[in-house]
Amino acid sequence: MISLLTRVQLCGFKEENMERIYLDHASSMPVDPRVFEFAKSYLIKDYANPSSLYSIGLEIKNAIEESRKKIAEFINAENEKSIIFTGSATESNNLALRGTALRNIRDGKEVLASAIDHISVINPMKELQKNGFTFNVAPVDPYGIINLEILESLLTKNTTVTSLMYANNEIGTIEPIKEVSKIVHEKGRYLHVDATAAAGRLPIDVQEDGIDLLTLSSNDLYGPRGAAALYIKPGVKVQSVLLGGGQERGLRSGSENVFAIVGMGEAARIAQKEMKNESERLKKIRDELIKEILKIEDTYLTGHPTKRLPHHASFRFSYIEGESILLNMDMYNIQIATGSACSHKTLEPSHVLLAIGLKHEEAHGSMVMTLGRSNKREQVPVIVKGVKETVQRLRQLSPLT
Amino acid sequence: MNPKNVGVIENPDGYGKVGNPVCGDLMEIYIKVKDDIITDIKFKTFGCGSAIATSSMVTELAKGQHVDDAIKITRNDVADELDGLPPQKMHCSNLAADALHEAIKDYKKKKK
Repeated sequence: MISLLTRVQLCGFKEENMERIYLDHASSMPVDPRVFEFAKSYLIKDYANPSSLYSIGLEIKNAIEESRKKIAEFINAENEKSIIFTGSATESNNLALRGTALRNIRDGKEVLASAIDHISVINPMKELQKNGFTFNVAPVDPYGIINLEILESLLTKNTTVTSLMYANNEIGTIEPIKEVSKIVHEKGRYLHVDATAAAGRLPIDVQEDGIDLLTLSSNDLYGPRGAAALYIKPGVKVQSVLLGGGQERGLRSGSENVFAIVGMGEAARIAQKEMKNESERLKKIRDELIKEILKIEDTYLTGHPTKRLPHHASFRFSYIEGESILLNMDMYNIQIATGSACSHKTLEPSHVLLAIGLKHEEAHGSMVMTLGRSNKREQVPVIVKGVKETVQRLRQLSPLT
Repeated sequence: MNPKNVGVIENPDGYGKVGNPVCGDLMEIYIKVKDDIITDIKFKTFGCGSAIATSSMVTELAKGQHVDDAIKITRNDVADELDGLPPQKMHCSNLAADALHEAIKDYKKKKK
């Protein structure tokens, strides 16, 4: 906070004008106060281990099962037994990919993901190569939509696991899951869908969409961090990746994070009820932001213009660099994200932006805004002003203009 | 973020350009020199926050210096003046010092 204030003072801005405008909900979300109220007793009062057989242990076990039911309803799963709680979306993705590929190794040693899948999908897939698997990558078009013909040509009967995001977190594009499911089930075997970015924004129905494995994250539903879920369609065989006491049907050993799990179920219940109205509200604000920001010269939308998450706006600006955009926007107390190399530990630009065909220098100038409950329509002019001034300032600095 | 010495100098006595926008960093430094003293210095940078900060700092360090002293400014001097940089950002300070060195070399070449 001190460094922020120093930076603010350096720029001559007045502190009192600086309401925080948080536009990075894809990165972290607040816990809904209703969720916190609902689950807080499991932190301080009902702290027994759900595996214990005394009555308080059984009561807590029941609270977990209630949460499981809510998650199953949220995605229209066949039954609540198909929901496994894990500690994070990364863990759910690892369990879905490694757990399924290794369990079904006798049926084939090929796995497939799209070029824009999350790093927690790509890295477990790469790791499977050490177990002798072939890892195929299906390309996407300039909007980020998976190429169905190439997908079909890459699938064989040995492809036991195919993974695709429901919608992409960096460019907001929504994938044609139903069509992909049809192709995967004709030519390959199981379809895993990472719905971390989409859940809570779009209605998800695993039976209607034809999904075998689905990753959900608690925090992305306004639930506490430290809980996530993996839906496993009845009949799909998966083995554990964590070995231990055999919790969660032996698929996820480790004492349950009861507070986060109970919170996640309640967050999903609220999301199911409020999602439609909230998504419509955010879409209006988002559309206005896109309209205004695209008026800036040499500015382009990344991702699909209509098949995109309702809370998501992403851009690239020519001649400037994303980390500078992020830091400059922070001086307006507006928090955004970027796919620039400088913001990553690897110093490589976002693989998603490269996959949609951007050149390296184009990918460096990206900005991602993801809206949430705290955002209001009145903030639009403030955000637009911040972006305009930031872009203008950095372009004055840039040798490329 | 309040960089100093941003801009270009028309008819500079020395000009240095390093980096590549593909890698995410490009820097240009312009110097005006009188009796081997750097009297004015300006920069333009395409790059991250560290790249902008190091460009600004290197111009501040070099301003008013004899060219033979300014050419001895190293990446570590720049990073030290900024109270350190994260390890993965050290190449940014390298670039800023390199751009200055290029500008001074250009000046010396022109003088001959």
